[in-house]
Amino acid sequence: MPLELVVAASLLAAASGLPALALPRRSPWAQRASVLLIVLASAAGLAGAFAGLFSVPSDALILPWPAIGDSFIGLDSLSSFFLVPVFLVGGLGAVYGLGYSPAAGNPRTGRRLAVFYGLLVAGMALLLLARGAFAFLLGWETMALSGFFLIGLEDQKNESRSSSFVYLVAAHLSTLVLFGMFLLWRAATGSFDLERSGAAAMSLGVAGGIFLLALLGFGLKAGIMPLHFWLPGAHAAAPSHVSALLSGVVLKMGVYGILRMLSLLPGIPAAWGALVLVLGATSALFVFALAQHDLKKLLAYHSVENIGIILMGLGIALLGRSAGMSELFVLGFAACLLHVWNHSLFKSLLFLGAGSVVRATGTRAIDRLGGLGKTMPWTAALFIVGAVAICGLPPLNGFVSELLVYLGLFGGLARDGAGLALAAMAAPVLAMVGALAVACFVKVVGAAFLGSARSREAEEATESPASMIVPIGALAALCALIGLAPRLLVPVLDSAIACWNGTGTGVPSLAGLAPLDQAGLAAMALVVMAGIAAFLFSRGIRARGEAKVSRGIRARGEAKAPLRPTWDCGYAAPTSRMQYTSSSFARGIVGMFSWFLRPSPEPRRIQGYFPEAETLHSEVDEAILDRVLRPALRLLERLSTWFHRFQQGLAQQYLLYMLLALIVLICTLVPAGGLLGLAKSAAGGAAGASP
Amino acid sequence: MLDALVHVLMLFLLPPLLFGVIGKVKAFFAGRKGPPLLQSYRDISKLLGKGSVFSGTTSWVFRAGPIVALVAVAVAGLLLPFGASSAPVSFAGDMILFAYLFALSRFFTTAAALDTGSAFEGMGAAREVAFACLSEPALFFVFLALSKLTRSLSLSDMLGASAGGLPAAAMAPLVLLCLGLFVIILAETCRIPVDDPATHLELTMIHEAMILDHSGPLLGLIEYSASMKLLVLESLLISLALPFRSGSAWLDRGLFAAETLVLAACIGVMESVMARLRMRRVPYLLTGALLLGGSGFILLVR
Repeated sequence: MPLELVVAASLLAAASGLPALALPRRSPWAQRASVLLIVLASAAGLAGAFAGLFSVPSDALILPWPAIGDSFIGLDSLSSFFLVPVFLVGGLGAVYGLGYSPAAGNPRTGRRLAVFYGLLVAGMALLLLARGAFAFLLGWETMALSGFFLIGLEDQKNESRSSSFVYLVAAHLSTLVLFGMFLLWRAATGSFDLERSGAAAMSLGVAGGIFLLALLGFGLKAGIMPLHFWLPGAHAAAPSHVSALLSGVVLKMGVYGILRMLSLLPGIPAAWGALVLVLGATSALFVFALAQHDLKKLLAYHSVENIGIILMGLGIALLGRSAGMSELFVLGFAACLLHVWNHSLFKSLLFLGAGSVVRATGTRAIDRLGGLGKTMPWTAALFIVGAVAICGLPPLNGFVSELLVYLGLFGGLARDGAGLALAAMAAPVLAMVGALAVACFVKVVGAAFLGSARSREAEEATESPASMIVPIGALAALCALIGLAPRLLVPVLDSAIACWNGTGTGVPSLAGLAPLDQAGLAAMALVVMAGIAAFLFSRGIRARGEAKVSRGIRARGEAKAPLRPTWDCGYAAPTSRMQYTSSSFARGIVGMFSWFLRPSPEPRRIQGYFPEAETLHSEVDEAILDRVLRPALRLLERLSTWFHRFQQGLAQQYLLYMLLALIVLICTLVPAGGLLGLAKSAAGGAAGASP
Repeated sequence: MLDALVHVLMLFLLPPLLFGVIGKVKAFFAGRKGPPLLQSYRDISKLLGKGSVFSGTTSWVFRAGPIVALVAVAVAGLLLPFGASSAPVSFAGDMILFAYLFALSRFFTTAAALDTGSAFEGMGAAREVAFACLSEPALFFVFLALSKLTRSLSLSDMLGASAGGLPAAAMAPLVLLCLGLFVIILAETCRIPVDDPATHLELTMIHEAMILDHSGPLLGLIEYSASMKLLVLESLLISLALPFRSGSAWLDRGLFAAETLVLAACIGVMESVMARLRMRRVPYLLTGALLLGGSGFILLVR
């Protein structure tokens, strides 16, 4: 039954573009009908996924595939676990789209958006359900191609076009690697079915090959550190609710792929765990987010760090499994899974919040914003909730998953020997990641929502409609729920872990290993105490403020305390341009990491008594795309220019080539062997005589 | 129950006295008489009774900053043992909550600073978050080493161990850890050589620059939570470096209070005999703390 629900939901989602195609472009009803279909699909899909989390895995349905035999689809706890964010964020994002890009205002892009948004959701659902390579790749390509069309939606913009092509190249590289992986799988197991039974007798070398190809192919999609190059541009260029889906959910399909393939492979050696942990730690410590000036690019870069945290959890789990420490395995795996959910919640929240800002101000440049907390109070408050959550701070959900990662890392210390103790060195790395995240999000919150407006657009911003605020609020509520009552998720995580682990060996429940009750209680205590303190002090401030202040000022000030300009060390006329910008805020840390970030250019020294006007524009290049790939490709292009000699666009020349090729081919028919026959028989005779 | 009550009372009543001690010691070195020991209590209660002035640029975040900071530090204080008495709240993994509560307080104090839209406060906030990128991993190295040493995951067990007698091989790493921790305390509580709490020259400041626009009760809260943060971090070091026990519960409590005052006096001496480092030198100091913690941990692993 759960499987049928999810299949129905994916079909509904895939069909959700039809009303938009059938009705006029500007009709709001077309958009509403599409959104209604997606919302219905989400409801059905969520119901199916939650039911699937707790029911027996079923391989009920067969996808008939005439050419190469049938392909199975099925639903187990691991699939269900990843289906939840697909349908949750998919549904909320569609509702958000009603206000963000109304059909009446976007006649050019409305249809494409509706069609490919639905296909993106359906493609992800299909790949999660797939139990065979072909169904999986079908879902994977549907997802990748819909992503391409959604990223390039605003194709009148140069930036949008170029990043969608970079995305397309990366997506197909990833698919190519996956083809290789599935072929290797087929060669090793004799079937394209993704079943554990086939892989039992696999040699370590083949398993290692499959693992590395999976890490490469799925890592390209997940955005693991050196493979993330396509990600920031693509996620920044897409419409914000699509960015939320891409960053919050599509990246997790890469994680799912890695998890699924690992679950099939037998006997995982410790080295794989160590590799995953190191990759995770380097991705997490990828400070590029901090140096960004573009609101959505910053959020996109921050996904790389969070994927790193997810991989750290997985690395601990694999290390624990190979060391025979089941509690480490459970903690690490729970951290990995929980952070998948958490990241999909708060990253979608932040992207939707950013979209609300972009819609109101028309700019993504953080240094042109400011003071939006007053004009857009709801967006600001919800964005701050998301920021606290993504920094992993109590009392919200990010803290719970990071706590599990730390517990896993510290748990390795209980064993003698240097191996797991070295792995525990990832704990200070994670602490630094946390501190950098705080810096990064204080910068965003401070520069965009606090202080005063830095530009006219920011000054004239208005709050977004309820259709945009309600989805953001729902995500914030879920962040708070997981933070305050993490215990609720224990059965969900236990079930998914058991599913991954297979039926062979039992694993302990997460409930006995992690202090989730205490963490939840501490979070609640924090909220209650902060509430009490805020209540007491707001009363205190008001009462005393009233006594001393004249009536006129009190009527103006909302807190009944006098309002004055910010004290600027005696300077009488501070302006909003004198505020600390986000670039200056980040400069200290960017300076500390300048050996790696290499910001360009350094400001020129001002010389002379009457210096000329100076401009300064600082930028941090994308590490891989701009510094490795583009130069390498340019070099390749230069090296291959000599080939242009042969390719000059003259039809006669090409005819000549054909003629030459024909002559060469005919030459092969000449019995050249006959000419050499003498020599050959002589050589043959010599060889025959020697033994 | 009594233990917990005394713990809470100490946590809430003792802190301003530490500032008084530091002030007295600094006055002694400067050849002045100095403010009375209890001056901080008077300052804070006076500020709590005053009216407030707010900048028109600020929003609710500005007001939330000091409140969240106080609550976070107070909850963190409940997770630590004070001397011989164990912590009121203790569970496996509480050191992570402890560290992240400080991060929570940093998030809101720096956001509140940015809310004023003043360049000075932005500058202070930027420095605060930058230096935390080094001091926070250093703190985690200390936790890792203690966890390795005691095979436990809760602060009460980790910090109680040094009283129970540790193997001789643990002494050298412990010295390194204590040194690292002392630097972390100086950095986190904004004392010389990292920050100078005495001047109001904004360009050189971290903490003082961030609170330029706070006034009245909120300023009082900030001063109070700064002193409480000092007490909490001091008690971390005291449990490690001065694990003296007398056997009697009340004597131990008095001993702990005395030790916090002695440590405060040490900080006062440090502040009197040293100059503040140049801002660009501070990361080197913190990297030093990071390396001390890391070396301590690696010595334990071997």
